[in-house]
Amino acid sequence: MRRLLLALLLFVPAAPALAHKASDAYLTLERDGTALRGQWDIALRDLDNALDLDANGDGDITWGEVRARASDIAGYALHRLQISSDGERCALASTSQLIDVHTDGAYAVLTLAGSCPQSGPTLAIDYRLFEGLDPQHRGLLNFVEHGDSRSVVFSTETPHRIVGGDAAGPWAQLATYLNEGVWHIWTGFDHILFLLSLLLPAVLVRDRLAWRPSPSFHCSFVDVAKVVTAFTLAHSITLSLAALSIVVLPSRLVESGIAMSVVVAALNNLFPMVANGRWIAAFGFGLLHGFGFAGALQDLGLPTGSLALSLFGFNLGVEAGQLAIVAVFLPLAFALRSTWAYRRVMFAGGSVAIAAVATVWLVERAFDLALFSALASRG
Amino acid sequence: MARWACALTIAVVVLLAGESSAKPYVPGGDGVVLERLPEKGDPSLIQLKRMRAALAANPRDLQIAVAVARRALEAARTLGDPRFLGQAQAALSPWWDATDIPRTVLLLRASLKQSQHDFEGSLADLDRLLTSDPMSAQARLARATVLAVRGRHGEARRDCEELRGHAAPIVVAGCDAGPASLSGDANHAYAALVVELTHGSGNDELREWVLTLAAEIAARQGTFDAAERHFLAALALDPRDPYLKGAYADFLLDRSRPAEVHSLLRDETKNDGLLLRLALAEQRLPEAHEAFVAHRADLAERFEAARRRGDRTHRREEARFRLAIESDAGAARKLARDNWAVQREPADLRILIEAARAAGDQDALRIAADWIAATRLEDAAIAALMQASR
Repeated sequence: MRRLLLALLLFVPAAPALAHKASDAYLTLERDGTALRGQWDIALRDLDNALDLDANGDGDITWGEVRARASDIAGYALHRLQISSDGERCALASTSQLIDVHTDGAYAVLTLAGSCPQSGPTLAIDYRLFEGLDPQHRGLLNFVEHGDSRSVVFSTETPHRIVGGDAAGPWAQLATYLNEGVWHIWTGFDHILFLLSLLLPAVLVRDRLAWRPSPSFHCSFVDVAKVVTAFTLAHSITLSLAALSIVVLPSRLVESGIAMSVVVAALNNLFPMVANGRWIAAFGFGLLHGFGFAGALQDLGLPTGSLALSLFGFNLGVEAGQLAIVAVFLPLAFALRSTWAYRRVMFAGGSVAIAAVATVWLVERAFDLALFSALASRG
Repeated sequence: MARWACALTIAVVVLLAGESSAKPYVPGGDGVVLERLPEKGDPSLIQLKRMRAALAANPRDLQIAVAVARRALEAARTLGDPRFLGQAQAALSPWWDATDIPRTVLLLRASLKQSQHDFEGSLADLDRLLTSDPMSAQARLARATVLAVRGRHGEARRDCEELRGHAAPIVVAGCDAGPASLSGDANHAYAALVVELTHGSGNDELREWVLTLAAEIAARQGTFDAAERHFLAALALDPRDPYLKGAYADFLLDRSRPAEVHSLLRDETKNDGLLLRLALAEQRLPEAHEAFVAHRADLAERFEAARRRGDRTHRREEARFRLAIESDAGAARKLARDNWAVQREPADLRILIEAARAAGDQDALRIAADWIAATRLEDAAIAALMQASR
């Protein structure tokens, strides 16, 4: 009976709605060249949770108790906020502490000032306040630059965000997202492996039951162009649909689907079902990869004012990154295509390895497991 | 002129309460109390704090972690304070994503997911528990409860039926009463509860739960005297239960008795759901106008704070707020429809219909009518609403 009561207590709807509020902290950051200024409002209740502010244990937090711990509070908070520009850490310090009242109680207000070594187009912010103490904590950032502001939410799942750039003029913003797009395809191994699986056979032709070297560079080039164009077209469509919230798919489904596409593409090299119509597979699975790109773009935080521009920039970056891979791969593979090493080691061995790695991803993503964290697919 | 003055007052209060214009300050002296912690005067929360300190010293101790998570979840529910949900989740974090998650942790994770309105995630965890141990009465009762919130009454009732023989008859009757009364079997469900109540079975907690269920069913059936009797009996057992107070306040508001709501909830301004009902009562009481203006601004600010953090658990209450207090039918309709996609209890249906009527959303009214027909819902207030919208 005692155990049943527990189920009652835990599951029967209690309060009509959750009252009070979950833990939030309000961070404002303003950037002007290399200079940073800001304010950080953190609930006293949450700080007590981390630092035990209530020194005399009477259940009341007094101004004296807060004041006595001012440097601990600043140290604790600032240690969990890292800001960098162009890859270099910005220095940040708390210059004063005040008190303010929000809907759910009193907050310590930290006034922040600092500077970055470089004034790059964007700021990378890593926010880990109350990590390990409250997985439901959110950091609500209001970033101000050139008089424009945008809001970003940090959570346990998304502690890392990139801000800035959008107010520095459309070209700078385009460049920022283009850069992100290139890096996304270069560090997103699942996309690269999918592309490689489709490209590996491009310098070969299927003749009855065996692969033979492609007769001409022109022939291989056309084949690659078809695959890459189909893949690009497909993922551009779904990336746009997802980024504009017209079609939204659960990320687990998308990520599992992407892993599956890599398995299928690699296996197709070993046991060919589709030999010369690979562009069709590139198009079909490309649709899925587009949803994956959209997830990455969402993680960066999209500026609401100029969604189209950043979407375009990101997509362009993905294409550029992809073309760079093709530009390195194609001449190399073409030159080696007649060798035993290419057909046995790179083509057959590579396909087996890709299929194996992607199978692990598929199982991990579909069943939400972490089999080999070393094989983590995301950089 | 009076309306202008009223609008101006609201504007000023909203501005004063708004975050942007609030000014950080230096308190007058070291003795000024800035924050009263929830454990003040609550021995069980002081104990929770001590248990958390013990856990911090030994974070992989499953036994302490489970005890902390349970205690924190209880606190979240009885106080309606979601910060305790964060504490519960933090205590379980070493096992949270583990493949071989212990059964006790799995049950608590299901409860936490339910609290965040991740009903499908909660059901997946409970399914997993019941696959490995089909006899677990705890998991059965829990799954029946979550299924009922999702409006999956048939499946919920099957789980309650499975409890028979493994749990006391009063638990089985209580488990079945909700889903049964919402799928065309209200008389039978109500009678089963009355039998258990007259037998005097169960302890106070169980009896309060069953009395609340009986009151809600009676209210839906339109037998208001019986409903009120059950509500009062339940309140006598636990005058602080926020769910019960909210349900009774809704009953009183429907009976046009705002003054009683006002005295019932006067001190419940910390709980959003209860503050909403208090404001709804104050709206109808000319003498409480000042309090109404302040509470209205307070609620607007809290919903805004929830929206900023991406919280979706307030949609039912916010739809009510937008419709009844802000007269914004468009916003209410959108919230009510989004909420209906997730929660399917009578209160969710009711706000869906009210908002759809106000916004002239025929499609939503059709969704409601289809649901009522398909579930053979017996609810006097909803029937009257549908009658009026024809």
